[in-house]
Amino acid sequence: MLRMQPFETRFPKSVQEALTDLAELGPKAKICAGGTDVIPNMKHGLHEPDVLVHIGRIAGLSDVAHTGDFLEIGAGVTLHELANHPLVHEHAPGLAVAADAVAGPQLRRMGTLGGNLCLDTRCLYYNQTYFWREALGFCLKKDGSVCHVVQGGKKCVAATSNDTATMLLCLNAEVKIENQQGARWMPLPQLYKADGADNLTLLPTEMLTRVRIPKPDDAIKRKEGFAKLRHRKSIDYPMLSVGVRFDLGADDEIIDAALVVNALAAKPREIKLAPFAGRRLDLKTAQEIAELAQKRCRPLTNICDDPDWRKEMVSVFVKKAIGNATGAVA
Amino acid sequence: MTAFMPKNVNFLAHGTTVPNPLEQNQDTNHSIGTRARKVDGAAKATGQTLYADDISLPGMLHCKIKRSTRAHARIVAINTAPAETMEGVYAVMVGDELPTKYGIIPWTKDETPLAVGRVRHVGEGVAAVAAVDEETAIRAARAIEVTYEDLPPILSCEEAKKTGDTPETKVNDKAKVGNITKRVDLAFGDTAQAIADSDVVVEGNFYFCGTTHAAIEPHCAIGHMDPRGMLTVISATQVPHYLHRDLAWVLKLPANRIRVIQPAVGGAFGGKSEPFDLEFVVAYLSMKCGRPVKCLYEREEVFYAHRGRHPMDMKMELGATSDGRLKGLRSEIDIDGGAYASFGLITAYYAGQLLTGPVGYENYHFTATRYYTNKPPCGPKRGHGSVQPRFGFEILLDMMAEKLGLDPFEIRRKNFVGNFQETVNGQQMGTLGLNKVLDAVKVASDWDGRKATKQRGRGMGVATSMYISGTNYPIYPNQMPQSSVQVQLDRSGRATIFSGASDIGQGSDSVLATIVCEELGTELGDVKVVSSDTDLTPVDLGAYSSRVTLMMGHAAQEACRNLRKKVQEAVAECWRDDEEAQKFIEPGFKPKDVLLAGGKAFFRYNTELQMPLAKAFQLAEAAHGTLGATGGYRTQMRGGDYRGGTIGSSPAYSCTAHLADVSVDEETGQITIHKIWCAHDCGKALNPVLVEGQIEGSTYMGAAEVALEEMHYGPNPVRQGMLVGPSLLDYRIPTTLDTPAIEALIVEEPDPNGPYGAKEAGEGPLHSSIPAVANAIYDAVGIRLTQLPFSPNKVLAALRAQRAPTPNPDAQPASPLPSTAAAGANDAASTKFVS
Repeated sequence: MLRMQPFETRFPKSVQEALTDLAELGPKAKICAGGTDVIPNMKHGLHEPDVLVHIGRIAGLSDVAHTGDFLEIGAGVTLHELANHPLVHEHAPGLAVAADAVAGPQLRRMGTLGGNLCLDTRCLYYNQTYFWREALGFCLKKDGSVCHVVQGGKKCVAATSNDTATMLLCLNAEVKIENQQGARWMPLPQLYKADGADNLTLLPTEMLTRVRIPKPDDAIKRKEGFAKLRHRKSIDYPMLSVGVRFDLGADDEIIDAALVVNALAAKPREIKLAPFAGRRLDLKTAQEIAELAQKRCRPLTNICDDPDWRKEMVSVFVKKAIGNATGAVA
Repeated sequence: MTAFMPKNVNFLAHGTTVPNPLEQNQDTNHSIGTRARKVDGAAKATGQTLYADDISLPGMLHCKIKRSTRAHARIVAINTAPAETMEGVYAVMVGDELPTKYGIIPWTKDETPLAVGRVRHVGEGVAAVAAVDEETAIRAARAIEVTYEDLPPILSCEEAKKTGDTPETKVNDKAKVGNITKRVDLAFGDTAQAIADSDVVVEGNFYFCGTTHAAIEPHCAIGHMDPRGMLTVISATQVPHYLHRDLAWVLKLPANRIRVIQPAVGGAFGGKSEPFDLEFVVAYLSMKCGRPVKCLYEREEVFYAHRGRHPMDMKMELGATSDGRLKGLRSEIDIDGGAYASFGLITAYYAGQLLTGPVGYENYHFTATRYYTNKPPCGPKRGHGSVQPRFGFEILLDMMAEKLGLDPFEIRRKNFVGNFQETVNGQQMGTLGLNKVLDAVKVASDWDGRKATKQRGRGMGVATSMYISGTNYPIYPNQMPQSSVQVQLDRSGRATIFSGASDIGQGSDSVLATIVCEELGTELGDVKVVSSDTDLTPVDLGAYSSRVTLMMGHAAQEACRNLRKKVQEAVAECWRDDEEAQKFIEPGFKPKDVLLAGGKAFFRYNTELQMPLAKAFQLAEAAHGTLGATGGYRTQMRGGDYRGGTIGSSPAYSCTAHLADVSVDEETGQITIHKIWCAHDCGKALNPVLVEGQIEGSTYMGAAEVALEEMHYGPNPVRQGMLVGPSLLDYRIPTTLDTPAIEALIVEEPDPNGPYGAKEAGEGPLHSSIPAVANAIYDAVGIRLTQLPFSPNKVLAALRAQRAPTPNPDAQPASPLPSTAAAGANDAASTKFVS
C-alpha cells in the first residue's frame, strides 16, 4: 500500500505553542488539523515534512459565536459542525450549504474550516502517486519543471477546490492570521495569489486561526446561494463551485452583490457585479449575470473532464446558485 | 428502503411445460429456497474475517514490485545494485529469473511474471525486492535503475491494425498475424441475403469503453517456502487450482510440493481469475531468501493488473420482416485487448457466441478480432465478453421495435428462442424464463401506467439478456470432474464439507452449507465448510463463468445423498429392531421413510418417532464405518459442431430483464437513473437472499458503466499510454447517493441440468442494465446514445444534434479529454428501410 515517509508529530496545546513550533521549524513543518488533505498528499509524496504540527488539540479554535458585528468561527470547526451549526444557518446559510458539499460525511467530520481554506491546489497531473508522476514526467508544482496542462507553460495552473472559500468570499469574510509577532485580520481575498504551485500568502511561520463574517445592515434582505458541479453526489472535488450573495433593498433592488466561481485556477475567481446595482433580481438579471460569468471563466484540463463542457456549465451553475439563493429563479 | 424490498414473483408459466427437477430428487425442501444469512456474514460485518493482508507469518518480509514507466520499450539494462546493498533488503529479482511464459488459456501462454527484455504497458512489473518492511521495500524498488529504449506505443485497435509486422511494432510475439490475439469469423445461414430480404434494417456503431472491476480488496499474496521444501502461497485469488498449476509451471516445482490457500476475498468480479505477477514473485523471493514474503498491491497496481472489460468497437446490423420476425444479425467487432492475451481468446468468441438468445434470429454472421495494444491487459469482468455486444444489440432491438410500431416487450416475446431449443449457433438452451422476466419488470414498474403520463425529460427503457451457468469444457482439456467435494459426518451430529470452490463474496460457502442442510438434515450452524485450500480440498476450477452453484451444487448433492442413504438405512434398521418404534412403523417401512431435517431424523409419516441427528450419525458410523463421501460434477459434451462451437455452450442458461427509469437534465447533460427493476430467472433460488444480492450488485455495476466509469488513457504527448487517474477518486464508481433504487425480482424456471433446478445469478443480471438505461434515455429525450460512457458532454452534443435542423459537423462529442480512445460519432445509429 501507499506509505508515508517517516515524520515527527507535535501536539501543541495552544496557538502560542504551535506558533513557536512553526517559527522553529519553518518550511520543515506542515500544519495538520483534520489531516484530510495533508495526509493523502503525503502519501502521494507531494508534501515531505519532517514534522507535522497537529493543531487539533488546541482549545479555543472550535467555537462559533457572535462578536460585535461579526459572526466569528474558529479555524478548527469541522465542516460537519459548520454545516449543522444554528448560528451558521441563521447568518450564513450559503456557507452551511457549501460546507455540506465538501467531500463525504466521514471527511467532513475530520476536515476543518481552516484546512478547507488552506487546501492545497489540485491538478490532474499533480494529485497522483510518485510512480505515476515519475512515469508521466514530474511537473513544475512538484519535483519537475514542465506543465502538463498548458504545454510550455511556466506557471502552475493547479486549481483551488475549497468550497467554503467560494462562499466566504461572497460574504466579505476576513481571516485572522497569527505569528509569533502578533495577530492581524486580513480580507480573505488577500489569502490567495494566482500561483498554483504556491497559492497562499500565508508564511510557513503563520497560522490561520479564525474567520469572521460581517453582519449585514438590518435593513438589508440578504440572499445567498451555492452550487457545485461534480459527477458524483458525494466525495468528488468540485469541477465548479459557485457562490452568490445578493443584498436587496426594500423593493428587491440589488444594493450589493457578489459572485465567486471557484475550482478553475489557483485563485478563486470573483466576478464583479457592480453593473447590476439597482436592478431587480429577476430571471433576466440572472441570465445576464450567468452569461457574464461564463465569458470570464476559462476552465483548463487541470481536472479530468472536458473543459468546454465545464465552461458551458458555468452559466448553468451560476443560474443554479442564484436559484438556490432566491428559491425562485432557476 | 422500500426500493430494495425483494419480491418473489410467481407468474403462470408461459407455453412450455418444464419438467420439475425437484420432484425427482427432493421432496422436503426445508433448506433450499429459504432466506438465510450467509455463513460468513456475521464475521465480515464485525470485522473478524481474515483477508490475505490480515495474515502475518513469523519472520515475514515485504515485497515491492518495480514497475515500468513506459508503455512500450526494450529493457536495455537493470541495475539492482543500489537495492541489493540497502540495509534491510533480503532479496532482489528481475524478470529474466523467471522466463517461463504462462497464461490462463493454455493456447495463449504469452506473459511472464516480470517483464523479460521488453515492457508492454505502463505499470508492468520489471523487478522486485523483499525487505524487512514495506517502507524499505518501496525505497529499494525505487532505487533500482532501469534503462529503457522506447518503442512506438500501439494504443488503439486502429493503430494495432496497421502495425505488428516489425519487431518494433509487434506488441506481443504470440500474435501470429500483425497484432491480432484472435480473430473469430463465424457464419450461420446466409446473413447477407437475410438482411437484403428484410423489410426493415437497423444498424449502429457502438462503442463500449473499457472498465475495470474495482474490487475493494486489492490483490495480496504471501509466499512461503518452508524448510522442508514445501511452498505455500496464500493469495486473494478466485482460481486457486489454476494458480497451483501455473506456480508449478513457472517456478519449475512439482505441483505436489505446492499448496495454494485462498483466504476470504474482498471482491473479485473476474479481476482475480488468473495468476498475477505478485503470486509468482512472493513465491520466488521466498525461495530465494527462505522467509515468508508478502506483497500487497497499491490501488494503482490493481488498475495496472486490470483484466477488466475490453473496449469494443461494434458495427451491427439487424434485419426483420414487417411483422417483426428477426431475419438476421451481422456484427463486426474490434476488441482492444491490451498487452497480453489473458482470457482474450474466449472473449473474442463470447463477443458473438452469447448473443443468440433469449431473443433469436434466423441468420447470424459475426466477426470479432482482439488486438494487442500497449495498455494493461483486459480480461473477464462480470459478464465476460458478452456485456458489450448485448449493449449494442438491445439498442438495435429497441430501434427495430420503434420502426415496426411494436412494443419493446412484444418484439422480444415474438422472437423468443423458446425453452429447450437450439439457437442459430447451435447452443442447446434449457429453460429461459423470458416471458416471465418481462412480465415481472413490466408489472413491478407499472410500465403501462407510467407510459400514459410520460413527459419529456424522463423515460423508461427495457432490455433482456441471457448468460451461461458455467462452461461445458474446462479451460485446460481434461476428463476429470470440474468440481468435486468431500463430505464427512462426525459423531457430534456435525457435517464438514471440503470443496475447492472459491467464495469471493458471492456466497458459495453458504450455498454448500445450504445443500448439506437440505440433504443431511443438519442445522446451518452444524455445517462446517472448508474451501479453497489445495492441500485440504478436492479441485474446483474456480469462481468464473458463473459456474460454481451449478457444478459445485451437483457435486455436493452427490456426496450428501450417498451419506444420507447410509444414515437413513442405519436409522431404519434401528427402528425396525426397536419396540417403541414398532408402534409407529408398518411392515412396508423403508429407509427412505426416514426424513433428515432440522437436526433430527424423523419417521416421515409420524414425526413423533424421531432421534437427534447425532445419534443417527453414530448409528450409521457403527453400521457402515467412517462416514465420508465424495461427489463430482462432469459436464455433458454439448455445443455446436464446428470450431469454437463449444465456446459458450453451458449446461444451463439464465435469463434477465432490466427496466430503467431515467431522467436527463437537458441543461447539464447529466443522467439520473432513478430506479432499475431487474427480474432474473435463476432457475431456483437456493437462498433468495444471495440471489437478490447478486441481482442488486450486478445491476449496480452495470449502471456504473453507463455514465461514470472508464479506463481512460492519457493525452500526454510526452508519455502516451498513461492511465489517467488510477485511483478510486478519479475512476468514479458510484457512491450510495449515485446508486439508483434497485428492485430485485427473482423468477424461477427450474432447469433440469441445475441442482434443484438452479442456474446462475452472478453475472447475467448485469448485461441488460446498460442498454435498458440507453433505451430509457431515448424514451426520455429522443437521443440514441451509442458511445459509452454517456458523459454529460456527449449527452449535450447529441441534444444539440437533435435540435440542429441540418446535420451539424460540430455535433461530434468530445471525449472527456483529447485521447487515443475511440470516440466516434454519437449519432451513429440509424435506420434504413429496404423496400
